[in-house]
Amino acid sequence: MNLSFLKGKALLLVSALTLFLAGCGTNELSTLRPAGEVGQEQFNLMVLSIIIMLLVIAVVTVLFTIAVMKSRRSKKGEDFEPEDVSGNHTLEVIWTSIPILLLIVLAVPTVYYVFKQADTEAMTDAEGNVNSEETVINVRAYQYWWEFEYPNEEVVTAQELVVPTDQKVYFNLQGTDVKHSFWVPAAGGKMDTNIDGINSFYLVFDDEASQEADRLFYGKCAELCGPSHALMDFKVKALPEEEYDQWLADMKAVEEPVQASSEDAQRGEEIFNNSCMGCHAATPTSPGAMGPNLTNFGDRDLIAGFLEHDQENLEAWIKDPESFKPDNKMAGTYELTDDEIQAVASYLMELKVEEGSGDVSQLREPAADEESEEGGN
Amino acid sequence: MSQATAKKNGVWATIWEYMTTVDHKKIAILYLIAGGFFFVLGGIEAMLIRIQLAVPNNDFLSAGLFNEVITMHGTTMIFLAAMPLLFAFMNATVPLQIGARDVAFPFLNSLGVWLFIFGGIFLNLSWFLGGAPDAGWTSYASLSIASPGHGVDFYALGLQVSGAGTLISGINFVTTIITMRAPGMTYMRMPLMTWTTLVAGVLIVFAFPPLTVGLFLLIFDRMFGSNFFIVEAGGNTIIWEHLFWIFGHPEVYILILPAFGIFSEIFSTFARKRLFGYSAMVFATVLIGFFGFMVWAHHMFTVGLGPTANAIFALATMAIAVPTGIKIFNWIFTIWGGSIEFTTPMLYALAFIPSFVMGGVTGIMQAVAPADYQYHDSYFIVAHFHYVIVGGVVFALLAGLHYYWPLMFATMLSEKLGKITFWLFFIGFHMTFLIQHFLGLWGMPRRVFTYLDGQGYNAANMISSLGAGLMALGVIVLVINIIITVAKNQKVGRDPWGDGRTLEWSLPLPVPYYNFAQIPLVRGLDAFWIEKKEGNGEMLPAESLDDFHMPNNSIIPFVMSLGLFVASFGALYFASGKEWAIDAVADLPVRPWAFWVLVIGLAITFISMITRSFKDDLGYYVTKEEVLRDLEEQERGAK
Repeated sequence: MNLSFLKGKALLLVSALTLFLAGCGTNELSTLRPAGEVGQEQFNLMVLSIIIMLLVIAVVTVLFTIAVMKSRRSKKGEDFEPEDVSGNHTLEVIWTSIPILLLIVLAVPTVYYVFKQADTEAMTDAEGNVNSEETVINVRAYQYWWEFEYPNEEVVTAQELVVPTDQKVYFNLQGTDVKHSFWVPAAGGKMDTNIDGINSFYLVFDDEASQEADRLFYGKCAELCGPSHALMDFKVKALPEEEYDQWLADMKAVEEPVQASSEDAQRGEEIFNNSCMGCHAATPTSPGAMGPNLTNFGDRDLIAGFLEHDQENLEAWIKDPESFKPDNKMAGTYELTDDEIQAVASYLMELKVEEGSGDVSQLREPAADEESEEGGN
Repeated sequence: MSQATAKKNGVWATIWEYMTTVDHKKIAILYLIAGGFFFVLGGIEAMLIRIQLAVPNNDFLSAGLFNEVITMHGTTMIFLAAMPLLFAFMNATVPLQIGARDVAFPFLNSLGVWLFIFGGIFLNLSWFLGGAPDAGWTSYASLSIASPGHGVDFYALGLQVSGAGTLISGINFVTTIITMRAPGMTYMRMPLMTWTTLVAGVLIVFAFPPLTVGLFLLIFDRMFGSNFFIVEAGGNTIIWEHLFWIFGHPEVYILILPAFGIFSEIFSTFARKRLFGYSAMVFATVLIGFFGFMVWAHHMFTVGLGPTANAIFALATMAIAVPTGIKIFNWIFTIWGGSIEFTTPMLYALAFIPSFVMGGVTGIMQAVAPADYQYHDSYFIVAHFHYVIVGGVVFALLAGLHYYWPLMFATMLSEKLGKITFWLFFIGFHMTFLIQHFLGLWGMPRRVFTYLDGQGYNAANMISSLGAGLMALGVIVLVINIIITVAKNQKVGRDPWGDGRTLEWSLPLPVPYYNFAQIPLVRGLDAFWIEKKEGNGEMLPAESLDDFHMPNNSIIPFVMSLGLFVASFGALYFASGKEWAIDAVADLPVRPWAFWVLVIGLAITFISMITRSFKDDLGYYVTKEEVLRDLEEQERGAK
């Protein structure tokens, strides 16, 4: 058995394992189908550790099986007196040192990637302000929804995170009420949104992988945060850079809430302004609001992060949010008749941001001189 | 005196005997009954969880109730089932293994068990008094402060009371093992069960104070309006996570080390071979205990402690693999070339090796911090810790139950039913938890009360729930087995397994209340085995037959614990409806009596303590004549 043959075999094992692992789960959700650099590095570490661990399991299983099969009393006879062996020094040294070597193989890349993936220096410029050259997004986690603020462009949205592909996307994470954890499994590991301070990290979304996932990744809250923890989902729309810039420009162009067109919706707008505006903004401004920003609600893919996006569901949701997301903070803050709910729902479904309405060239210029409120780390 | 009471027949006399007992063997039975009860309770909670998660969008349990069930499942299983059941076996075996007549502090032993029982009852009363805790067994501060109602207060106070009991028992075992070994029982001749109990005891002594501190801070915040975890007022919630895990990680070693001890005894007994690499095993036990305190932050890789902390804790965690590996290989070489008898305990022990190795390797995988960013708080973690805790600790408890049953009750559990339980439980266990690794990798977070259709989670969850059903069946067969055995009450004699190696098997069954008529002389490792092979099969006495001293029974530990139980209700309702209280309890009705209940409860405890301090209780002597009578009777019985 020569070395190149062994190498080929090892390669075969790695690719077989990778294929097996990648074979399951879905593109938009599985950690085993990494969609970018961070997820890929973590996946590679998983594969490396699984190979080492399979090796350990194999050795233990073989020794264990032999030991059991060879030493059955039914085989040895009832009167067999085993020899009392106190131990074996050489063996002890072997099974102490080999694991240490295996662990070193695992430890070196672990330490390397711990530091690499914690490197968020590019987020801030020399003065400690948000670096306008990079994509930086402030994430605020609420019971049970997510707010996303683009500090460079001064745009706020909620529940549906839009990110550019093929570049590092930096996140500042914070919880507002209790601790949550921000997780986009396909793109990479999670980080907690503490209420004590801001955590920063980055993710990368490859364009190719995004296409395979229909440009819509699933995001989840990973830290128990109350009854509706399980439903604190969000979506990540990964767009090519130009489309992303255009989206931001379009959002930024919304200075007044979108005008309602149908009669129903116009009535709904009035009701919205009286009953809902206190918590929900319809312009992409004022981060830190009581409820999710609804500027582009009509464009989103889901209601409340997990319900199918249609009029019927929306009406049902507004009528009784508690029955869908127990313990959410929207329940009981307003009193609307069925008729009014229907009008508000029609209005909300019309809240769409016109594509191409914004001017991309103006996107970052005004923000560049201004000091951002939320500095990096 | 204890004998005099025992002779009065009748149910009440027996109950009174158990309420006042300071005999480690009876305390073991108390731990076994209470721990077994909570184990079944936690198991029912587990079944509720798996029923809820069997299909997507299930509404079997509501979201809030589900969180209460998972919190109580975790808390009950760790604090009220696994640990007390281990204490049951420690109490049943350790004094016998070292050749002692009782533990160093029999009074404290009794206090420990009653504190645990009252704490456990208090915690579970939450179900009937406004809702159970719902912030997870880790009870992270921001959520536990926000959690409405008194649920989390039940958690904090219940664990505080039962935790005090655990701490006391830990101190007691350490002292007992250090000071009460029979002549010749040097440290390096102690059976592994005793060694692991010693190390676990030391871990308890160092690990429980951080939990106590954390719980007090939580109690002060929730019940007396302080601001330790209230961020707006300058508090910090991360401190809770540190305190909890500085306790929490050693805690899992407190559970697994005695489990290792039980398995070491079983391997050696049923392979008819002394433990391979005894000194390496002892060294590995101590090393695991030591490392156990340096790895807590691997539960917090995603908290944002920074790369330096993450790297250090990642490496420290990996290091634990080495002593654990040493143990696994030494067990394999213990059975290697031995003569294996496949008894029920041995089946569990053999099944433990591959099961625990699988749980161990996923532990190392999690030590790879960047990969853990993916695993953390996903079902992968759920799978991992159930592999080590069920595949390690629960297997050990079931093995220990069959193995030590004759020592505790002088009867044998049915081997046939035992093996049925084993196979149901073993298959069910792997079916339930193996697939959960993949659920985690496919992006399913843990502690979710439901999951949406169309994410690829359905089939795996169904398999997992079916597996849980098999485990439940296994436990039902076990309960039937116990009932049948108790009803038949077929007594067995000394050394019922035939291959007993350590001191406890040298005793007549049932074990006399004073354990040893004469303290034995220990001539080496596996003391009883040596006498079987080199002597006449009897332990040599290290003292002449004479009167000896035994402690008196006492009701004071029971009353002392009862006082704290009462006081807990006072503390619990103290903040109810008060202006200064946190939002979670400020809207509840005011309970003006709460303060007085607190005072009365504490008064009961303090008065008991004063009584104990000032009333001399010197115990009594067992006379030589009585011992001689017993010995004669045993001889007649043997013939």
